[in-house]
Order: sequence, then structure tokens, then C-alpha cells
Amino acid sequence: MAATAATARGHRFGSTAHFPGLRRYVVPLGLLALWQASVGLGWISTRSIPSPGQILATFWELAASGELAMHLLVSLGRVSAGLAIGVSVGTLCALTAGLSRRGEDALDPLLQMLRTLPHLALVPLFILWFGIGETPKVALVALGTAFPIYLNLFAGIRTVDAKVVEAVSTLGLTRWELIAHVILPGALPAFLTGLRYALGVAWLSLVVGEQINASSGIGYLAMTAREFLRTDVIIVALIVYAVLGLAADQIVRLIERAALGWRPVFVKE
Amino acid sequence: MSHTPLRSPARRPQQDPIVRVRGLVRSFGHGNVLDNLSLDLQPGSFTALLGRSGCGKSTLLRTLAKLDPAPDGTVELPDRRAVVFQEPRLVPWKRVLRNVTLGLRHADADARGLAALDEVGLLHRANAWPLTLSGGEAQRAALARALVRDPRLLLLDEPFAALDALTRLRMQGLVETLWSAHAPAVLLVTHDVDEALLLADRALVMASGTIAADIPIPLDRPRRHGDPGFIALRSRLLAELGVDEEHLAGREPQRAATGAKPGGYGLPASAVAAPSR
Ligand SMILES: Nc1ncnc2c1ncn2[C@@H]1O[C@H](COP(=O)(O)OP(=O)(O)OP(=O)(O)O)[C@@H](O)[C@H]1O
Ligand SMILES: [Mg+2]
Repeated sequence: MAATAATARGHRFGSTAHFPGLRRYVVPLGLLALWQASVGLGWISTRSIPSPGQILATFWELAASGELAMHLLVSLGRVSAGLAIGVSVGTLCALTAGLSRRGEDALDPLLQMLRTLPHLALVPLFILWFGIGETPKVALVALGTAFPIYLNLFAGIRTVDAKVVEAVSTLGLTRWELIAHVILPGALPAFLTGLRYALGVAWLSLVVGEQINASSGIGYLAMTAREFLRTDVIIVALIVYAVLGLAADQIVRLIERAALGWRPVFVKE
Repeated sequence: MSHTPLRSPARRPQQDPIVRVRGLVRSFGHGNVLDNLSLDLQPGSFTALLGRSGCGKSTLLRTLAKLDPAPDGTVELPDRRAVVFQEPRLVPWKRVLRNVTLGLRHADADARGLAALDEVGLLHRANAWPLTLSGGEAQRAALARALVRDPRLLLLDEPFAALDALTRLRMQGLVETLWSAHAPAVLLVTHDVDEALLLADRALVMASGTIAADIPIPLDRPRRHGDPGFIALRSRLLAELGVDEEHLAGREPQRAATGAKPGGYGLPASAVAAPSR
């Protein structure tokens, strides 16, 4: 029984065997086909959800007019700015707290307290502080991404194999060499885990942030589409968010593959 | 591995010791682990350190490696020291050669690293990631990392304990070869009486936080397990360690020498699979 199932699965995925990356898209594509069929057969009303074909047409329309690209660039700009700030702040705090006891005493209790606060709850406060321009949107992304970076990198620094550090400390390295050659590379996997998580939080913050009186961006596109009952445009916006999230995840995967080649999982010999 | 007859590096007993320890005291809150311990090691000597599990061998070794905070007592050490632990402790994200040359300041660090890897027979793995090495290979890399520093004091904390019997025999031969070629003073912590007798000129037995017995091993090299002198010294060492040979004879011989169990000394695998040289 189990053997049959394994064979069937092996067969179905056989065509993507040479492209392991493609295997990840089999389920989403299958759902897409199901969706098109459901709308086509009249199981779902086109009022509540348009068919993938309709969505593709709308997508094409938005892309051709340059509208999509414009909003996309604005959103990407916000996410990039927010991520740049959040990752930098998170990294700096983690290095300070991770590499010195005094830094830990100064930063860790505060950050551990703040991290329990759902950062999206700060939206009203941010509007009061920063108005409704770009600042609150970028700040929301920055705040949301700083914490996963801090928490993971801090833990990563502190959990570098103490036995290896001890052995290396007999080799006559300076403290900075020890940090550069052993501690930071050792904390890199944890940092990348944090980065991946931060990217997820960044999109989430962007979605929420772009619903604050924005006049451009993917979120704005979706909000205005709601007023005109354009479910197709809303779904195009959702898909763009999803694709961006997926692309970001792929980028981190590539970084991991390149930077963590020493891990046996990735070692091909 | 072919063995050419080895000779102890030339030593004069009157030479100034390269390691001089006086009145060393170390405690972890519940009594003294090291209690007024004194020890001299001559340049180029090979000393084995034995003793019950938990008697403080690693603590002494760590003190000599300056891994622990400055203890009470006098400790004089040479500048060039190197340590090999039971685990290889290589940096996983540095290739083998980079591990070996880590911390080297010489302009020709790479050439030295490659030469050291060649000496331990690991040149072909110079570019490998440490996690892809076998246990024995990783331990040889660790040995190369120590060797490349041209240490005057080489501290070995049960470096072969985690290896299989055959690999252990090879490693023992390798350490002996490297010692006779480079003549560092070696302090080898081991639970294996036969290992001590094969390699060392002198066996120290630790008990109650101090050196309880200091036994010279004046055997010619290469040494064999069956030699009368070897057998007599083994009985003496086992007696010092408080092990009853009659009792041991009844045990399974394979791993009777493991130190994982307190007081578990005896005939190691190397005694069973004696190399035919
Ligand atoms: N950092 C530490 N904190 C508290 N106790 C310690 C510490 N290091 C060692 N000890 C204690 O000191 C004693 C000696 O330890 P040590 O590691 O030197 O023993 P050992 O002779 O090397 O034993 P083994 O043969 O099992 O390796 C043990 O009782 C151990 O529990
Ligand atoms: Mg020990």
C-alpha cells in the first residue's frame, strides 16, 4: 500500500525531477486549475471571485498601462527602505547585546519586552507621530523587521558551539578575528532564518501600512478597487503580494545556498 | 603505515623544564579539583597523564592551555602551545586548510598548512569542508592545526578516545612519528594504559588533585604489547590506578579501558589487535 503510494507520487513528480525548484509550484498550479474549472462550470459566481482568465486579462491591462509597475515600484521602495532600516537596527542591537554582557544588560530586557507588543497595533500612534505620508509605512516595516533579526541573530551569536570557540581561542586569534572568523559566520544561519521571517513580516506590515491613506502602492490599488467592486483588481494585488513574498523567500534561499555551502545538506560531492 | 624505528628526541635530564607548575590549586566550589599540584615537563618529553574519571586531568590540561582563568599557584609555560581535544573541534565553515592556518601570522601560512596536512596524510582533503571528513580524518586535521604552530608543548586530551580501534592504532603511530620529528613536549591524557605504555616516556597518575605516581617508561621503541618490560609496567600502572587485573580478565576485552565509567581501566582494544610490525 505504502509502496504503491510512493510509486504513484514518484511518477507524478517525475517530470519535475530535473527541476527541483519547480516541484514547489505543483500544488499552487493545481489549485489554480481547479479554480478556473469551478468558475467556468458556474460553481462559483463571478461576482464574488473572477476566473483566473479574467484576472490574467486585468493583470495584462494594468501591466500594459504601466499602472501596475508604478504601484509596484512604490511598494518595493517602501519595503526596501523599511527592511534596510529594520535589518540594520536589528543587526546592530544583536551585535551589541550578543558580543558584550554590558550590551546585553542594556538592550536585551527592553527589546524582549517590546517584542511582545504586536507592532501593527502601533498604526494609530504612528499616524499621529508621522502623519499619513511615507514615514509611517516605512517605520511600520522597519519596526516589524527589526525584532526577528534581533532575536535570531542574538540567539545565533550566543549558541555558536562553545567547544569550537574554545579550541579556536588557543590558536592566538585576536578578539576581532575570533568574531569575524568564528562567531559571526557561526551566527549566519540564525541570521538568515531571521531574515526570512523578517521578509514575511515586511510584506504584512506593508499591506497594513498601505491601507493608511495611501495614494499609491499595491495596497492602494486594492483599496480603490474595493470601492469600484473590482474583485479582479483586488486579486491581482493579492497575487502581486504573494509573488513578491515568494521571490523574497527565493532570494534568501539563494543566499543560504551560497553562504552556507559548508553545511552537509548542501554539500554535493 | 610503515614504521621506521623511532628514537626519543635527544634530551638531557638536567635541562630546564619547559613546563613548571608549583602549588596549583583549582576548585569549582566543592573541594579542590587540583590541590597543591606540582609538575615539571622536560622539553621534548612524552608524558602520559592517567587517572580516574573526574580526577581533574582535563582541568590540569586546560590550565596548561590557559583556557581557564589564572589559578592559584605558579604556572610557567612556553609561548608556543597547541591543544587537541577528544573532538576535532574544527570550524565547520572554514575549509580544512583554512582551519589549519587559522591564526597563523606567517607570510607562507598556506605552504606551512599544506605541509602539516601532508604530514598527517590529509593533503588531498585540504579543500574539503570539515563536516565531510570522517572522524579519523577530522582528528588528523586537528592534529595538523596543532602541529603547524610548531608547538613546544603539545597538549592532547584523549585525542583518540572517540576513534575505532584500527584508526586509533594509526593515530598513535602518527603522533609518535610527529613527536619524534618535531620534538615538542607532549602531555597526553588517556584512559588507555597500553596507549600510555606505547607512546610515553613517563606516566603520571593523578589522584586527589595531585600527581600521585610518577612512573618512568624506559622501554625501547618501537614497543610491543608482548614485551616483558611492557607487561610488567602495565601491571604496575594498573595497580597505581587501583585496578585489579584478575577482575579485569573476566571482562569483555573490547572496550574495558573506557574512561566513561569511573575506574574503568584495563586492556584496551589496542591490546587485542596488536599491530604486527
Ligand atoms: N567548569 C566546571 N564547573 C564545575 N565543575 C567542574 C568544571 N570543570 C570540571 N569540573 C569538575 O571537576 C572535576 C574534574 O573534572 P575533569 O574534567 O578535570 O576530570 P577528568 O579527569 O578530565 O575526567 P575524565 O577522565 O572523565 O575526562 C569533576 O568533578 C568535574 O565535575
Ligand atoms: Mg577529561
